[in-house]
Amino acid sequence: MELGFGLATGIVFGFLLQRGQVLRFEKQVGFLLLRDLTIIKFMLSAIVVGMVGLHLCRDLGIISFSLKGTVIGAQVIGGLLFGSGWAVLGFCPGTSVGAVAEGRWHAIWGILGMIAGAAVYAEVYPAMKKTILTWGNYGKVTFADVLHVNHWLLVAVFSAVILGILFLFERSGR
Amino acid sequence: MRNGIWNPYVAGALVGLLAIVSVVATTRVLGRAQYLGASTTFVRVAGLVERQVVPRHAAANEYFTKTKIKIDWQMMFIAGIFIGSLVSSLMGGTFRIESVPPIWRERFGGGVGTRAMGAFFGGMIAIFGARLAGGCPSGHGLSGVMQLAGSGLVAMACFMAGGLLTARMVYGRQGRGR
Repeated sequence: MELGFGLATGIVFGFLLQRGQVLRFEKQVGFLLLRDLTIIKFMLSAIVVGMVGLHLCRDLGIISFSLKGTVIGAQVIGGLLFGSGWAVLGFCPGTSVGAVAEGRWHAIWGILGMIAGAAVYAEVYPAMKKTILTWGNYGKVTFADVLHVNHWLLVAVFSAVILGILFLFERSGR
Repeated sequence: MRNGIWNPYVAGALVGLLAIVSVVATTRVLGRAQYLGASTTFVRVAGLVERQVVPRHAAANEYFTKTKIKIDWQMMFIAGIFIGSLVSSLMGGTFRIESVPPIWRERFGGGVGTRAMGAFFGGMIAIFGARLAGGCPSGHGLSGVMQLAGSGLVAMACFMAGGLLTARMVYGRQGRGR
């Protein structure tokens, strides 16, 4: 059952990523060079819809959130490392698999590299746990917890900011 | 909207709906919410491979124990991405065999070996960073930011900062103004 749900969700996700042209190296690196904003338009609209819906469902008691712990050192160092690898590979973990499926088979090298990189991380994890993974540990917090404000205020502000950014994107014509 | 290509706002908004439906459905049916994510699967695949090749070493690894090496929701989700993308690209006529992408070719030439090396090492660094950060653009960028998680917002900002800087350094010289 769990596996069936995963597969079905993935099929729809892969279909939408492909239709939105998000799987292309040209679109991902194009965004990082600020020449083509397709992937960020895609991401931001997904975020606005998901953010409103998930907060609503949680307030209705239908779902609970599943937060990843905030560790500033880990997210800053890991995030910057990820970003630099992402720029060279031109795909992120999820899109690499879809890129192979639409014929951009060079993403296979990236998939192999990511499996190798995961094995390396598994080897050094004990050292990370003692160092970077302890730097600035705030636990599982949301922005609303940190700022002590109602989450709907933040949902509204974030949505407004995102819509504003998208408006500027459209005016820039990229 | 051309055949086979959808407006990114439409496709993106549908992904937002998919994220909600997935969390609600898995909560109700499986009793445990599944938020979209991708990078843990690469750890599980590495673990499955090591179990075959060096089983004792894999069994002793703390990270593999913590991550629980098995075929799970997310691994099937990744398999689904492959199927969905294949179906969509074949239906829409956008499937195309590509061994070296154009921007890469402009900067490094058309050699398959160069592209393979770049993609491999780029991938290694990317996943290392993602596991350190605790997620990738799906887990942090989509699921994390949707929940307004501190971790998601910080990670996504750093993904972009690292990516923008590196892309500029790697492709920038010839890239700009074209």
